[in-house]
Amino acid sequence: MKIEKMAKNLILKNGTIMDPFHGKTISGDIWLKDGKIAGVGKVDAPKDSLTIDCSGKVITHGFCDIHVHFREPGREDKETLITGSHSAMAGGFTRVCVMPNTNPPLDTPESINFIREKAEECPIYIHPIGAVTKSQNGNDLTEMGLMHNEGAVAFSDDGLPIQNGAMMRIALEYATMIDVPVINHAEDECLRAEGLMHEGIISTQLGLPGNPDLAESAMVYRDLELAQFTGARLHIPHVSSMKAVHHIREMKIKNEKITAEVTPHHLFFNDEALTSYNTNLKVAPPVRTESDRKALIDALKDGTIDCIATDHAPHTIEDKETTFDLASFGMIGLESCFGAVNKVLVHDEGLELGNVLKLLSSNPRAIMGFEQDLFSEGTDAEITILDPDVEWSFEKVHVQSRSINSPYYGEILKGKVEYTISRGQITTQLS
Amino acid sequence: MLQQRHLLGLEGYPSEDIQTIIDTGFKFREVLDRPIKKVPSLQGVTIVNLFFENSTRTRISFELAQKRLSADTVNFSASSSSLKKGESFKDTAQNIEAMKIDAVVMRHPTPGAPKHLTEFIDAVIINAGDGTHEHPTQAILDMMSLHEKFGKLKGLKVGIIGDISHSRVALSNIHGLLIMGADVTLCGPPNLIPPFIKDLGVKINYNVDEVIEWADALNILRIQRERMGLGLVPSVREYRAMFGITQERLDTHQKEIVIMHPGPMNRGVEIDGTVADGDQAIILDQVLNGVASRMAILFLLCGGKSSEEDES
Repeated sequence: MKIEKMAKNLILKNGTIMDPFHGKTISGDIWLKDGKIAGVGKVDAPKDSLTIDCSGKVITHGFCDIHVHFREPGREDKETLITGSHSAMAGGFTRVCVMPNTNPPLDTPESINFIREKAEECPIYIHPIGAVTKSQNGNDLTEMGLMHNEGAVAFSDDGLPIQNGAMMRIALEYATMIDVPVINHAEDECLRAEGLMHEGIISTQLGLPGNPDLAESAMVYRDLELAQFTGARLHIPHVSSMKAVHHIREMKIKNEKITAEVTPHHLFFNDEALTSYNTNLKVAPPVRTESDRKALIDALKDGTIDCIATDHAPHTIEDKETTFDLASFGMIGLESCFGAVNKVLVHDEGLELGNVLKLLSSNPRAIMGFEQDLFSEGTDAEITILDPDVEWSFEKVHVQSRSINSPYYGEILKGKVEYTISRGQITTQLS
Repeated sequence: MLQQRHLLGLEGYPSEDIQTIIDTGFKFREVLDRPIKKVPSLQGVTIVNLFFENSTRTRISFELAQKRLSADTVNFSASSSSLKKGESFKDTAQNIEAMKIDAVVMRHPTPGAPKHLTEFIDAVIINAGDGTHEHPTQAILDMMSLHEKFGKLKGLKVGIIGDISHSRVALSNIHGLLIMGADVTLCGPPNLIPPFIKDLGVKINYNVDEVIEWADALNILRIQRERMGLGLVPSVREYRAMFGITQERLDTHQKEIVIMHPGPMNRGVEIDGTVADGDQAIILDQVLNGVASRMAILFLLCGGKSSEEDES
């Protein structure tokens, strides 16, 4: 991948322009001047503008991922804000929210400010999510108000589920004053126990301790009840089970503040993929059965789940190249995201590409309260140019993350990001 | 000679290969009855017994099988190993292979560890138990013992009694017996039988007396004392009353039934001493067949020549 400064005047020509916010396709070109949208449709750009021929390609909003782990501060050997940005751009993402389970965690206004300042040097927009509890200990509320003032866009103890229902209630109640989402990694730790993968026939055959779907759904149900009771904005991350989908669908009928996300890997894989004990597929919550996978797809179709988020979780080779019990949970996901979800949702399941682009751009921005009308004149350009139909095999060469823990190697993906434009920079895929 | 290069587990293992191993095992049983219990079949073959978890009988059984076949063997156990110094599994494996060995017999506490090993090294891998996953050589010796007793496996009714959830012996036996056409019923406390296991094609019955009535043979698993009092088994007394294969219980049924146990036994808990020592038990035959069937497995996987070829 090549990353360079954009030309002063740039014209994106002959592409299909898809605006997921307005839900329409525009004919014509896009003119970018000084990194901002100068015109969409019929444009009157200077003759000496640099032109990119986008024939056969789709030009759309830059993707937004509201759930990534960039490991800074503390584990810069796995990822940094800069390497994470490159990984994001390779996947067409121009805006991300980083989870606070760093070392130390993002649990003070000062640490939020650290991310905000560092993010200024990055080629994408990076927003910190603050911890709900100090040191993510599950007991002591952080200074949410001050952290919000410093730029925290949401709060989560991601990775560590908030087990104490009363604590979750307090956090939701408190967050209503700033009206930002609270995100709880929904797993009941007692029910999850030592579970390493989804509990089912496959875990039984593999002899691996199972993590039952109800470890998630019971916790999701508790959180939904608490959200209804407190009036807070609850966002449910990485939904993995049919049972959780059912609870969310029921509660959304009466509570429009509930939002939810699903990861590409929960849409792409099922537990049968673990029969080779591939530690790159060890993830929390686990990939579950084919019925669960289908239920997640249905939940995207009917709006029960609002958006796609990768839960990009870089780990070192040493963390993964070991036996299944010792391997870390999590996988990288930014580079493979579009090819994976486009394959599953558009090519296999017949969704409209426009809807999938919405799940990757407008919808996650809406959850976090970010600007969604990205093609209006004067807006800082956040643009992704992709080939929606190309088939390609995902390989290590496509990874820009500092870590390589992906389960997608050798998988045939459909649709590929070719250029990403963000903060005056443009990336070009070379492979 | 076998379709798969390694023996990692019996899930999906070809039935004809299980039969070949059992048949070859009976040939080696004859060797064990000779005054000089040794053949040169694996001369020059180096086998490492890589035990990351304590084991007495399985390790001795493998080691004896290797010595009877004239293989060179090296033992590695976790207690004496560099693992305590923090060396990774991968490094340990690759270091041992760098010393030019032909096969590895591995016991490891983690399910899938032998499969991982195949990714790191080129030697033939034989799984001697991987956590709660499989213990294929135990299942093969169990099947060999049943075959010896009944002359067949097809249609045989086998009850497996005890802690199924934490048992690699149970899982390998289930796969092997079903592949060979036997019927399997699992019996034990419901919280120690995985809810999804019936999808494999076994029956579940929590009433041990009904299982005794039904079965031709019982394979009684060790109930680990560590499980007692962890909320899994309320007490020894309760377990013995509900699932123990007691002399009294067998006497009530008055039927011919073969009693097996993979060992080590908790006499007075899952099995009475008199049952274990009684006429119906074939527990010591299992031990002998363990050596013979492991000889067969090593011979078939390590490219040993048949004794006829040696003699010619």
